[in-house]
Parts: sequence; structure tokens; C-alpha cells
Amino acid sequence: MTPADPPDPIQDAALAAQLLLIAPASFGGMALRGSSPARDLLVQAMGESGAIRKLPGHIDDERLLGGIDIAASLSAGRPIKQSGLLAEAKGGLLLVPMAERMGDAIAGRLAQALDQGDISLILLDDGREPDDSPPASLMERCAFHCNLTHSRAATPINLTAKTALDLGAVDPLEDEALEALAATAAALGVHSLRPLLAAGQAARAHAALTGRRVPSQTDLAVAARLVLAPRATQLPPAEEHQQEDTPADPPQDHGDEREDTDSKRPDQTLDEMLVEAAAATIPADLLAQLAKGQAPRKSSGSGSGQRRKSGVRGKPLSARPGMPHGGARLALIDTLRAAVPWQAIRRREQPGAERNAILTRKDDLRVRRFEEKAARVTIFAVDASGSAAAARLAEAKGAVELMLAQAYVTRSEVALIAFRGDNAELLLPPTRSLTRARRALAELPGGGGTPLAMGLNAAREAAISVRARGRTASLVFLTDGRGNIAADGAPGRKQAKEDAEAAAKAIAREGIDALVVDISARPGPDAPALADLMQARFLALPRADAKSLHGAISAMQPARSAA
Amino acid sequence: MARFPFSAIVGQDEMKQALLIAAVDPSVGGVMVFGDRGTGKSTAARALAGLLPQISAIADCRYGCTGEQRGTCPDPCTSGRVRKRDVPFVDLPLGATEDRVIGSLDLERALRAGEKAFEPGLLAKAHRGFLYIDEINLLEDHLVDLLLDVAASGENVVEREGLSVRHRAKFVLIGSGNPEEGELRPQLLDRFGLSVEVRTPEDIETRVEIMRLVAANERDPAGFAEKWAGEDEKTLKQIARGKAKLAKLEPGEDVLTDAAQLCLAVGADGLRGELTLMRASRALAALDGARSVKREHLIAVAPSALRHRLRRDVLDETGSTARITRAIDELFG
Repeated sequence: MTPADPPDPIQDAALAAQLLLIAPASFGGMALRGSSPARDLLVQAMGESGAIRKLPGHIDDERLLGGIDIAASLSAGRPIKQSGLLAEAKGGLLLVPMAERMGDAIAGRLAQALDQGDISLILLDDGREPDDSPPASLMERCAFHCNLTHSRAATPINLTAKTALDLGAVDPLEDEALEALAATAAALGVHSLRPLLAAGQAARAHAALTGRRVPSQTDLAVAARLVLAPRATQLPPAEEHQQEDTPADPPQDHGDEREDTDSKRPDQTLDEMLVEAAAATIPADLLAQLAKGQAPRKSSGSGSGQRRKSGVRGKPLSARPGMPHGGARLALIDTLRAAVPWQAIRRREQPGAERNAILTRKDDLRVRRFEEKAARVTIFAVDASGSAAAARLAEAKGAVELMLAQAYVTRSEVALIAFRGDNAELLLPPTRSLTRARRALAELPGGGGTPLAMGLNAAREAAISVRARGRTASLVFLTDGRGNIAADGAPGRKQAKEDAEAAAKAIAREGIDALVVDISARPGPDAPALADLMQARFLALPRADAKSLHGAISAMQPARSAA
Repeated sequence: MARFPFSAIVGQDEMKQALLIAAVDPSVGGVMVFGDRGTGKSTAARALAGLLPQISAIADCRYGCTGEQRGTCPDPCTSGRVRKRDVPFVDLPLGATEDRVIGSLDLERALRAGEKAFEPGLLAKAHRGFLYIDEINLLEDHLVDLLLDVAASGENVVEREGLSVRHRAKFVLIGSGNPEEGELRPQLLDRFGLSVEVRTPEDIETRVEIMRLVAANERDPAGFAEKWAGEDEKTLKQIARGKAKLAKLEPGEDVLTDAAQLCLAVGADGLRGELTLMRASRALAALDGARSVKREHLIAVAPSALRHRLRRDVLDETGSTARITRAIDELFG
């Protein structure tokens, strides 16, 4: 490695892990993003310095919180409680693999336990896209966020170094230090107070680690770097930063900067120095995002559908009281569990009962529940007529492919309808397959008249059938809004317009999310009028390229239609 | 149904090579086979299981403990005898329930004896062997999550139904699927060490040959197996020799540099690609009985080891395989 290379991210992660181990409860934990060998090594090292319990994604409430031990209760004839994983792991570390897939229910429980200071978490985050991250409630409570995706570390890590001082022996932060941290947080756009408190704690822990009774500027800089920088939602106010010119480049010189932090330049106040130290470590991709003016981790309508409860399939949820019918299956264990505490009483009420029988009542019955994520289907209806130039078609194809590229993360699907000549054709039924979509798109022909009404009707029908299968549909029309073929296939501008208007109103009545994109070189009044009738959004992209089109579609996703 | 002999599979050399590498060095981390239906994916995976040297495990242990691991499984196993057994090959059906995969409370024992006992699932069964999932791209998300975690950590942790159980679950994951029917989550894809693409053989001669062999197998499975037993025996010995040889092979500095350069050139980020490339070349060298790991081994495994790790550019029509071959040509001429 050349000396110009920035230090490997594992160094900061290992430092964060050391600080975490000093006072697990007050830091809440750490989030490690990116599945790399380095991450495995770090987790292994943390395991060596204390017991780690693992929290599998399929854990149920019963095991998490504790409850009645059904087998023991049955044999004892009285309810016997058993403790849950949270109680068992009290005071220790809880390892959460694939935290980005965690359900809200478990996240809520964990957040509660974190607030009580019972446990601290190591969140392993395998997400790939910016939206694909662990629950915000937990990220907020975990002091350290480290991204190890690009770490190249391959040698075992040692975290067993003794701390030089007890944390209790370190003085609380002075006012000046507190103000500096607060100013740094403000400059980076970190608004929540939790990270600020954690940063203060991190400064003290670092002082303890290095044997300083009074936290120094170095300690504060480390805290700003480890806790505040990864959460930055804005770039610090412009100074004569070299990053300004090349915001996407990782800073090259922060290896030196770290040593320099104590010898602050005379013209720099403490908080300026901290901001600089923190800014120097904002990851390159985050920096690029910030430079574009996008706050990270904000739901930008990932395109995934709404969640819904299902009695038949999906991820198992906790059981609930009810009768097994309509496909809902009996949750035997939960039913027995509900019945067990009452056995002694029921036996008294019913002296004639068989000795070994478990006396159950209707109220005991529990049914299984599953969670199914309703997939979102984006239906593209593309005007492939002669009036839409061939180049426009290529852009539409590009946008469909970009949507699909996201699809395997968000589990959304894409369908494609093309209308030209005298028909509208479903070229691509809802799919997640990139391979299929690419082929269908490559075969998409262009030219001929514009059967706009047909295209609208076909899109509406497709949306309705998508809905009937329990999924969320949204429509994207790429057209100039100028039809010349009527709904029955007859040419004629007047009839075509009337039919198209009727078809647009029908879409509005169904309350389907829609977007009309006019991609003709000279946008006219027809497409906006059409959008109006459809109660759809309108977008004119006279020079649309695939990327900006994709951006526009993503932006529309979170909104539900008014109807 | 009688298993089709591995050696009798016509063509599909890359897939066979990948499966053999996984058999020699399980740490390569699984094989993903992409391809149309009817290309011999399942046949090859199932055939491989019959080719592996037996393993020794505590008699009747449901978790496949080795002699040294006696009594360390949840049961715990107590038998003093160590027996040879076939390498486990577990077929995970698409519709499998979570209970079946990770294991669950043994209801019968709970109700009858009031005992809380764990009934091990398919993951326990697959320990030290192979877990095969056909059409893995259609597997339900929550099962994928579960598999990902276990495949990565090598142990199955069960915390449900009042049970708190952990047991070893190290297996070679073999998946197959047709990308036309749905994409695989990139996280899962990344867990596979090697990925191969298979195609239906297009030339008439090969197709006829395949039909002839399959017909012969159907007519007289026992005789057919016998006919190929010699060939299969050879492969079995080759694997056993390769396994023994593996520990003695250490890729030299030059091969490591080649691996790093290639990964850089094709844009496969992360260290995992390099590690897999290195391990797979070593396993191939061991299979070949070579004295050292050479560049030719690296080149032979590179497409399988890297194909699924390239950063995806949806608008780039060039296939991953082509990009890798191009980079190999440019780097090593």
C-alpha cells in the first residue's frame, strides 16, 4: 500500500469497539455495515473479550422476553416461567446478524431494552442500497456506525488491551468541550441529542483508554470522528476546504491530521478543529450524496410495497387468539401455552376429567400469523408510435432497466405495456427478472399511429389485476398525449381524444397512482391535460435521459394517491 | 430413483469443475448454478454426493459430531462408537417451513413426557455435507435470511418456542436457478464462492449422446451404475487425494499478485473475491495433483469465482463472463 492510501476503515472500527467494551450500556452498541472478512474478524475479537449472545432473525417474543416454559409447566402442573434472551444477555453484547432485515416489532423491543441500559447491540448490516439499513430506532441508539465494506484487513484483531484508567476516574467534560461538540453536531446537521451524548461519553472513554484524567482535544476529535461524522446530513459550512472542489474524493491527508489534532492552528477555535476532524472522515459516498444535496437514509420511496398480515404465508409473526379457519392454521404451542396456567383451576372445576388430558377452552385457541410484504408493481405504458421518436423509446427502456436494477433489493416488480399502430400490448408481465425485461425491451418496436385510449385502458386493466393479487400498482405513462387512434382502433383525432379522456377519467376513478411523463422534444398542452384528468402528476422531460426519468419515478413512489 | 453417475454427465465442464472444487475445499463456500431447466444442474449436484469419501461421526448422533466433539451437541450424544457414514446431502424443498429448516420443539415429547426437546431440522442434517436448493431464487425471503446467516456463521442458533439451542451447521451450499424466473438477492449471491452458468448443449451429437446415456440408465440402472463405477471411483480417489494435498499447497506471491490484479481489473470489490479466487485455484491445483498453484489454475477458476461479484451495470449488455475473459487476456495475454 502506498502511503497516500487512507487508513483502512477497520482501524476506526476497532477503536470504536474498544470504546464500546469500556462502557457497553452507555454506548448502546455499534453498527457494522458491509459483509467483509474484516467484519468477521472484528466480531470474533469482540467475542474474545466477553460473551456475545446471538439474536437470530426468527426469534419469537416468547424467547425474547421470556414467558411460560410449556414443557416444564405441563409436567409440573403449574405455570413455570422461563427467562427470555434479553434477560439472559443482560449487561452483555447481543449480536444481530442481518439487522437490515429486522422487523419493527423486534426493533421496538430492543430499543426499549437499550433505553433501560440492559444490553448493547452489534448490528451487522448487509444492506447494499442507502435505503437498506437497520431500523432507524436502533441506529439512533447505537453510538458507533462503521462501514467495513471496503476494508481489506485480513489479520486477526486484538482488542484485549487494558484501559489505562477506569472510566469513573475521568473528569466530566468541561463546558468548552461540550460547546465544541454541540457546535460540531450542528455543523454536520446531526440534530438528535442521543449521538451528542454518546459523543461526550466516547471522548471520556477514549481518555480512559489512553490514560488521561481530563479529556483532551484528541479525545474530542476521536469522538467527533467516530460518533458524529457517520451521521452527517450536511457538509460543514464552507471554509477554504480542499474538499469543496472534489467532494467525492476521499480526503487523502487525514492520517497526518489525526496526529496534528492536538497542535491546533492558532486561528482555529476548538469547534472548528473538531468539525474539520470529523469532516475529514465522512465516507466518500456519503460525501458525494451530501454534495448533491440529498440527505442520506431518508426514505426516498424505495419502491417496496406495503406490508400486510397474512394467515397463510410469509414471515412468521406472533400468534394471536382466534379460531383456525379461512386458511389460518392453529398455533399449537401457543394454544397449549395459553391453556397451561389454568390447568389446576380447570381440573378443580371439572373433577371428572381424564388425568393426563390438557383441559383447553375456546379462549385458548391461537392461530398463526405471517407477514407478507405486498410487492409494488410499476407499470410502464410507453407510447411507441411514430410521434414518439425512436430515441425516446431508448430512454424509456433505460428507465425500466434502472427500476429493475433496484428491484431485487426492494422486491418490486416492473411491467411494460407498449401502444402503437392499432393495439396496446402487454410486452412484459410483472417481473423481477432483469434478463427477461431486457429481452422484451430489446424487441420493442416503434412507429405507427398513437392508440392512446387503448394504452390507457390496457394500463388500467393491468393495474387492477395487479391489485387483485394483493399488490400495490403504480402507472407511468411515457407519451406526448396526442392520440390519433380511437379506442375501437379507428383512426380519427377527435374520437381518439374523447376516448383517451374517458380512459384517463377511469384511471382517476380507480384511484391508481399515476405519473405522466412528456418526453417529446417540444412538450405541448395535451399531456398535462391528460395528467389532470387522470389526477396524476405530470413531468415534462424534453431531454430525458434514463437516469433523470428513474429519479422522477422514484420520487413519486412514496405518495399514495388522494383517492 | 437411482443416482446418475457423475462421470456419465456429458459436457458441463465448468459446473463439474466447480462442484469438485467445493468437494475438495468446502471453505471455498458453495456453488451457485445458473441455467435453464434440463441442463443437468440437479443431476450433477446429486451425483456429486455419491462421490465423496465417507466421514466418520459418533454413531447415531443427529448432529454429526466427530469423535473429538462427543457430547458437545444439544442432544448430547453419548455413544462411544465412531462410525463411517455417507456425506449428508440434503435437498431443501422450496415450500419448506422455517420449523423444518432450523428445527423445532419436539411436540410429541413435550406433550407426552413434558420434556422440552429440540427436534433438529434440515440444517443439522446438512452439517459436514451439502445443502442443495433447487430454484433458490424463488425461495421465500425469510428463509433466505435464515440461510444466509447460518451459511455465514457456520452455526444454527434457535431462539423460539421456548427453546434456546445452538448447534454446528457447516455445509456447502449448492443452489441452482434460472435467472429468467427471478433475481437472487445480491447478499445471498455474495455468499456463494463460485457461480457457474450452464447452457443446454446445442449440437445434435451431444444431445443424442445424452439421450443415449439416460435411456441406458433407465433401462438398467444397476448395470449402468456398474459400468460407470470405475470412472466414479477414479473421481472419488481424485477428490480424496486432493483433500489430502490441499494443506500442503500454498499459493506463491506471484499467484496472489495475479489474483489481486485480476480483481482490480474487473472491478470486483471486496476482499472476498480475492480470497475465493485464491482458495479455488489452490483446490484446483490439488485436484490436478500439481506441485504448486500456477497461473493456469487461477485462469481456469477466475470466471466461476468472480462472475457474480462484478459491479452490475444494467445498461452494459456485456456479460460478466466476457468482461472477465477480456481482463484475463489483457493482463496475462
